[in-house]
Amino acid sequence: MSGPVLCLVEVDDGEIAGPSQRALAVARSLASGPARADPERADPASAGLPADGGLTAVVFATLGGPADRAAADLAGQGVTELCVVASGELTCYAPVAWARAIEQLIAARSAAAVVAAATDRGAEVLAHLGALTGLPVAANCVAATATSDQNWRLLRHRWAGSLLEDAILAAPVALLTVAADAVAADAVADDGAVPEPASASPDASGQVVAPVSGGAMIPAADMPVTTFAPALQAADLRVRATQSAGQGGGMSLATARVVVGGGRGVGGPDGFAALEELAGLLGGVVGVSRVVTSQGWRPHRQQVGQTGTKISPELYLACGISGAIQHMAGCQSAKHIVAVNTDPDAPIMSRAEYAVIGDLNEVIPALVAAIRAAGGQE
Amino acid sequence: MDILVLVKRVPMVGGKMVLTADGQDVDTRLSGFTVSPHEECAVEEAVQVTERLGGTVTVLTLGPPEAADQLRDMLALGAHRGVLLETDGREWGPIATAAAIAAAIGELGPAAFPLILAGNEAADTGGYQVGIRLAHALGRPCVTGIKRLEVAGDLLRAWRDYGGGQEEFELALPAVVGVKEGINLPRYPSLPGRLRAKRAQIEVRKPAWQADGLRKIALRVPAGSAQRARVLGHGAGAVPELIRVLGDIGVLAPAGRAEADGTVA
Ligand SMILES: Cc1cc2nc3c(=O)[nH]c(=O)nc-3n(C[C@H](O)[C@H](O)[C@H](O)COP(=O)(O)OP(=O)(O)OC[C@H]3O[C@@H](n4cnc5c(N)ncnc54)[C@H](O)[C@@H]3O)c2cc1C
Ligand SMILES: Nc1ncnc2c1ncn2[C@@H]1O[C@H](COP(=O)(O)O)[C@@H](O)[C@H]1O
Repeated sequence: MSGPVLCLVEVDDGEIAGPSQRALAVARSLASGPARADPERADPASAGLPADGGLTAVVFATLGGPADRAAADLAGQGVTELCVVASGELTCYAPVAWARAIEQLIAARSAAAVVAAATDRGAEVLAHLGALTGLPVAANCVAATATSDQNWRLLRHRWAGSLLEDAILAAPVALLTVAADAVAADAVADDGAVPEPASASPDASGQVVAPVSGGAMIPAADMPVTTFAPALQAADLRVRATQSAGQGGGMSLATARVVVGGGRGVGGPDGFAALEELAGLLGGVVGVSRVVTSQGWRPHRQQVGQTGTKISPELYLACGISGAIQHMAGCQSAKHIVAVNTDPDAPIMSRAEYAVIGDLNEVIPALVAAIRAAGGQE
Repeated sequence: MDILVLVKRVPMVGGKMVLTADGQDVDTRLSGFTVSPHEECAVEEAVQVTERLGGTVTVLTLGPPEAADQLRDMLALGAHRGVLLETDGREWGPIATAAAIAAAIGELGPAAFPLILAGNEAADTGGYQVGIRLAHALGRPCVTGIKRLEVAGDLLRAWRDYGGGQEEFELALPAVVGVKEGINLPRYPSLPGRLRAKRAQIEVRKPAWQADGLRKIALRVPAGSAQRARVLGHGAGAVPELIRVLGDIGVLAPAGRAEADGTVA
């Protein structure tokens, strides 16, 4: 491995987006230190070493500005070069144009690998890059190691994280996406710092234990900021985001601190009033299972799971939900799971930390009443 | 408009993942099979477009002979024609899959299927790329993650979620679109639909397998899924204990309220 590892970094409101932090952790472990045969036995001491070919963060300056604010953060993440991609034609998100730009950067830097978060944009851009270059793309990785020139040992999510796959990638340039929800939400401390250890090593559950910048941190001043102007054709710009509607108000399911979940056991659309009330009392929101959305009891935007929203609350209180793997794939990052279910043998019993065995129509109203009584309200 | 929809047969796994002894596959001896909800929504969307504008819906899958069952499921939802690219059961990578699908479409002529819909990602691989690779092979524009679609003449407008809002794309047909669940609420198969599907002729082709650069060593079930929940109690009687646990977790006084009245949970 000679050239740098390129990491596509998405910037959200001036900050490095959460999934990109995870992508950076994997990219950094790839860029640093000698080849390690087994990602399972990744040696934390070797991470954070000066990279072979360095770690280049690639940021697209679409509307100008935000990249500057993220630059200092990137320097603290072991990034050795910040490359801002800018051109007069790139005024908004355009998947093929982004992929074309990275294709040209691979050539310009002799890059060894490209890593991106498996977000809508990251996964889409890397798939286009794979198609433009004819290279394979390994999706949803949680760890990666170069084992020899053009050979990579990978650990990646299958079935939305319900399974792990050990895999080998043989390619002149490794194109990887990193599972967007592969780390517990609390791995990033309140002050934005990320706890030890310094390597992106997966723990036994396949979660990336993300970044950290300890002593090997590279000072901001040492990180060159370069710009790259790709040569784009009209065809590269034929698909682009023409308009982004403003932020939707209200609390989002993805970021809520408390999620009160309702499944088939709720029994029908009317049953959700009690769950809404409880969610309100706990400062949270309601999330539902696919049975609930496919019955039309609740809108799809409230669905938690593999094909719904991935949540990472402090508390997920799952009521009348059996715990199908596709549902649980959406709450792997929940800190605490409490199940309320009539069936003591429901699969969710092996996923939850606590359980109440019983009818939710009895338990939830009683809980609401008790919380109100304790709060001395109404 | 004639629309092509790509679907993939995957095991319908419930509460627990069980692997075959060699760790190579999901053990499907006791499970049924299905397609991803994204793909089912893509079929529903295609059926709705043809109900409005006329035309046909063809569903195509690359998979083992049994994948014909999933094609029939989709025919029962209103698709008109099923094409099976039959494999010997081996896992195909995305490059080979897209190439085989492109070749099959190519045989039907370059003007075939002005609109091709795929799922956003397959349930088992989550690869996010077969549709995009197919679009490149056909020289068509492509967008993925789509939660709303409008076809007007030769133009297609598509929306997807972005940062709490939505972003909009405009594509000239012919195009390839990756669809996400939530774009519509798929209908249940009707009885006449089921009967028609049962009798329908499935067209079969047999593409040749190719290696793909990415090789599976083995699958494993993540650790940590063997725990047992601590039972706090039964029915409403469990509420005091439940309240204690919620207090320990620190969710009883929502942050906003605690700040407002100065109390701490
Ligand atoms: C590819 C794929 C993707 C999928 N994606 C998702 C997804 O994103 N999200 C998702 O949720 N599902 C998804 N599913 C569907 C998933 O497999 C399950 O079918 C679904 O999660 C089950 O929903 P449920 O738990 O509400 O219903 P059920 O499995 O029917 O469980 C209902 C539970 O409620 C309990 N119950 C009944 N009455 C009461 C009562 N009065 N009080 C307390 N408990 C009661 C029962 O004991 C049971 O455990 C997907 C499936 C596939 C194949
Ligand atoms: N074997 C297959 N047969 C037909 N369509 C497929 C197949 N594999 C993937 N697709 C389509 O491509 C989408 C994305 O798949 P993937 O790139 O594997 O995530 C799926 O949702 C399907 O619509």
